[in-house]
Amino acid sequence: MQTHAEHDVYYVPPPSIWPLVGSVALLVLASGFVMLLHKIAAGPYVMALGIGILLVMLFGWFSTVIRESLAGKYSDQVDTSFRWGMVWFIFSEVLFFAGFFGALFYARILAVPWLADAQMLWPGFTAAWPTAGPGVKTVLTPVDAWGLPALNTLILLSSGATVTWAHWGLQKGRQFQLKLGLALTIILGALFISLQIHEYGEAAFTIRDGIYGATFYMLTGFHGFHVMLGAAMLTVIFLRALAGHFTPGRHFAFEAVAWYWHFVDVIWLMLFVFVYWL
Amino acid sequence: MYTADTAAHHDHAHGAPRGIMRWLTSTNHKDIGTLYLWFSLFMFFFAGALAMLIRAELFQPGLQLFQPAVFNQLTTMHGLIMIFGAIMPSLVGFANWQVPLMIGASDMAFPRLNNWSFWLLPAAGLLLIATFFVPGGAIAGGWTMYPPLYIQGGVAYDMSILAIHILGISSIMGAINIIVTILNLRAPGMTLMKMPLFVWTWLITAFLLVAVMPVLACAITMLLTDRHFGTHFFDAAGGGDAVMFQHLFWFFGHPEVYIMILPAFGIVSTIIPTFARKPLFGYVSMVYAVASIAFLSFIVWAHHMFTTGMPVGGQLFFMYTTMLIAIPTGVKVFNWVATLWRGSITFETPMLFALAFVFLFTIGGFSGLVLSLVPVDIQLQDTYYVVAHFHYVLFSGSAMAIMGGIYYWLPKWTGHMYDETLGKIHFWLTAIAFNITFFPMHFLGLAGMPRRIPDYALQFADFNMISSLGGFLLGASQLLFLYTVIKCVRGGAPAGNKPWDGADTLEWTQTSPPPYHSFVTPPQIKLVRGRSHANAR
Ligand code: HEM
Ligand SMILES: [Cu+2]
Repeated sequence: MQTHAEHDVYYVPPPSIWPLVGSVALLVLASGFVMLLHKIAAGPYVMALGIGILLVMLFGWFSTVIRESLAGKYSDQVDTSFRWGMVWFIFSEVLFFAGFFGALFYARILAVPWLADAQMLWPGFTAAWPTAGPGVKTVLTPVDAWGLPALNTLILLSSGATVTWAHWGLQKGRQFQLKLGLALTIILGALFISLQIHEYGEAAFTIRDGIYGATFYMLTGFHGFHVMLGAAMLTVIFLRALAGHFTPGRHFAFEAVAWYWHFVDVIWLMLFVFVYWL
Repeated sequence: MYTADTAAHHDHAHGAPRGIMRWLTSTNHKDIGTLYLWFSLFMFFFAGALAMLIRAELFQPGLQLFQPAVFNQLTTMHGLIMIFGAIMPSLVGFANWQVPLMIGASDMAFPRLNNWSFWLLPAAGLLLIATFFVPGGAIAGGWTMYPPLYIQGGVAYDMSILAIHILGISSIMGAINIIVTILNLRAPGMTLMKMPLFVWTWLITAFLLVAVMPVLACAITMLLTDRHFGTHFFDAAGGGDAVMFQHLFWFFGHPEVYIMILPAFGIVSTIIPTFARKPLFGYVSMVYAVASIAFLSFIVWAHHMFTTGMPVGGQLFFMYTTMLIAIPTGVKVFNWVATLWRGSITFETPMLFALAFVFLFTIGGFSGLVLSLVPVDIQLQDTYYVVAHFHYVLFSGSAMAIMGGIYYWLPKWTGHMYDETLGKIHFWLTAIAFNITFFPMHFLGLAGMPRRIPDYALQFADFNMISSLGGFLLGASQLLFLYTVIKCVRGGAPAGNKPWDGADTLEWTQTSPPPYHSFVTPPQIKLVRGRSHANAR
């Protein structure tokens, strides 16, 4: 708790090299990616270098933040800033997914029926979903929603429950419950990813199979990527919990990652309904 | 009057570091604001040089200097760099300098993130400008990046996609920083409805940024996968639709134009009361007008797509919502004029720019209204009339408000007065040359001259030559701007804390230039609505 007036001195960090390192990392990464796309041999190495620099930056930057946090530099006001920051970050992520969902709905509800109505280019094309479109010759067998995807829904929802259970433990000062809850969450997350990879292997269609393949793999792919990010962040939080960084009163890093995890959860529910089921 | 606590507090013991590291590693909102402003000025001249080449080609009919492919590269890069490299970063520069000063905060909420938001820009700028030197040349599909053209191009197209991703990351982080600063770092007493209007406009702009940049990221990611990974998002053969890109793009694109104009509204709403020596007329209605413009900007996007063959119901919907925007915009113009009414007005350079803004932006708003009418737009879409419209709102709107803002706050930022005579000359040259350049474009468009074409029919020759001459003058006048700014940075009459007697926002209670760390402890604020008076506590 703050002993000072409500508005204490707001912590302004000293100059830091990490933002610049991060910019260099993204520039190298982007250049490497372009090289890779155009089959220049050095591409993958340049990309790897970029990722390496990015990891160094993330490690350096977050260590600094953790050190400052442990040193008690963050007042309640700074804490509030972090909360707002995370809320708006998640909001921007929601809109990122909204864009892809928008593409899915647009294609399914408008573009495909319009294509079927205009009989000039592809006579005989009829609107149906799923479809690979009039020009791509694939017979699509979608993934059955009530097989693996349903199981994955169960897994991800349970992981949402375990992370909340861990939070309760943290709030009540039961460190063991915190650690166990986090470990379970990470394991469930890993299980989800593995099943998702398995499902990709089994699926009878690819990302090249028309608009259905495109929307399916982009939505599930970006979601899977976010789950991996979330799991990585949970792992960091787990290690920090082992190191005893969190107190019942002050543990925003934990909460931020928990919020993120719930966000990933909700996106999955949308995916389950609109990509797999309906 | 409040005097800032310049004595170093233990957390602020670090003063300005010396040398290049001061800029590379900065966590200071003023330094980062300065970086943003110089970067945008550089990009303004770079993209401006491209515009000079465009006008040189269009000086006469026939192909004079460039092949059509190169001409298309020039227009595309001009638009892209002006929007993402010049206008947006300069407005963020203003936010960096002014928002903490105007709300009595010690810095931005996340100073390190702030630095990252800036340093991503040169990275992206490098990627973009480098496209001129790769095989196949720079991107040439227009700043709107429509498929299928954008899917067919070479290396440059991938570089630009990644550059825009990086710019998007920068914008989103910058916007989050601004929102959190405004929501959480206001000095005690500074309630939301007492914030200076500039701060309000940036709060809402930042919200727009966080909401629409991710959608742009989505759209260009789909371009990338269509290019390289075999997806069919924009390919009808696979059940996709090229028009879908336009929907995604303009869902971003229309709010984007408000991202570029709302902070400009904020600047003008700060300058006019100062030199009219009257408080802003209708503060509350100004806030509501900005908010409703922002809301409406989400439901008008397809007015850029009236000729894509959308259902009549869609055309009507987007036509009516677009016309609705004229109402809050009208409220703003009315309030600016009403602020002037019976004011004791003086015409310093910032005021000249602000007044020109009110007049010329309104012309742009009216041509927008003309374009919002479906039957008219079907005639005018992709003609020079549209070019005239968006230069009236973007150059005489955003850019001239930015220039006015620079003159207005330069004394505060540098501690020196700028050269008033040079400033006025710059203003008049700019305002006159701007109109010579762009007013004839209305006529060209109405007569049917298409945009983005290097050659044209003979009957357009006269107006094009006038326009090019105006363009060259406009370009040259900006060198005077550069000179005046540099001169002011290097020296000049001392500005004192408050060179404008009518100014009443919080930054004028600080020294000029303000101490490296201002408002280390937040001032206690006694406020008249929208006008801050800081009191010692
Ligand atoms: C009263 C407000 C406005 C209305 C009703 C309006 C309406 C329109 C319409 C209907 C178009 C499409 C023309 C076409 O392509 O056929 C258009 C284009 C454009 N507007 Fe506006 N506009 C308004 C304000 C603004 C503002 C404030 C800005 C920027 C600061 C702006 C920037 C643009 C740009 C850049 C384009 C052209 C995009 C392109 O095709 O490259 N407009 N406007
Ligand atoms: Cu628009």
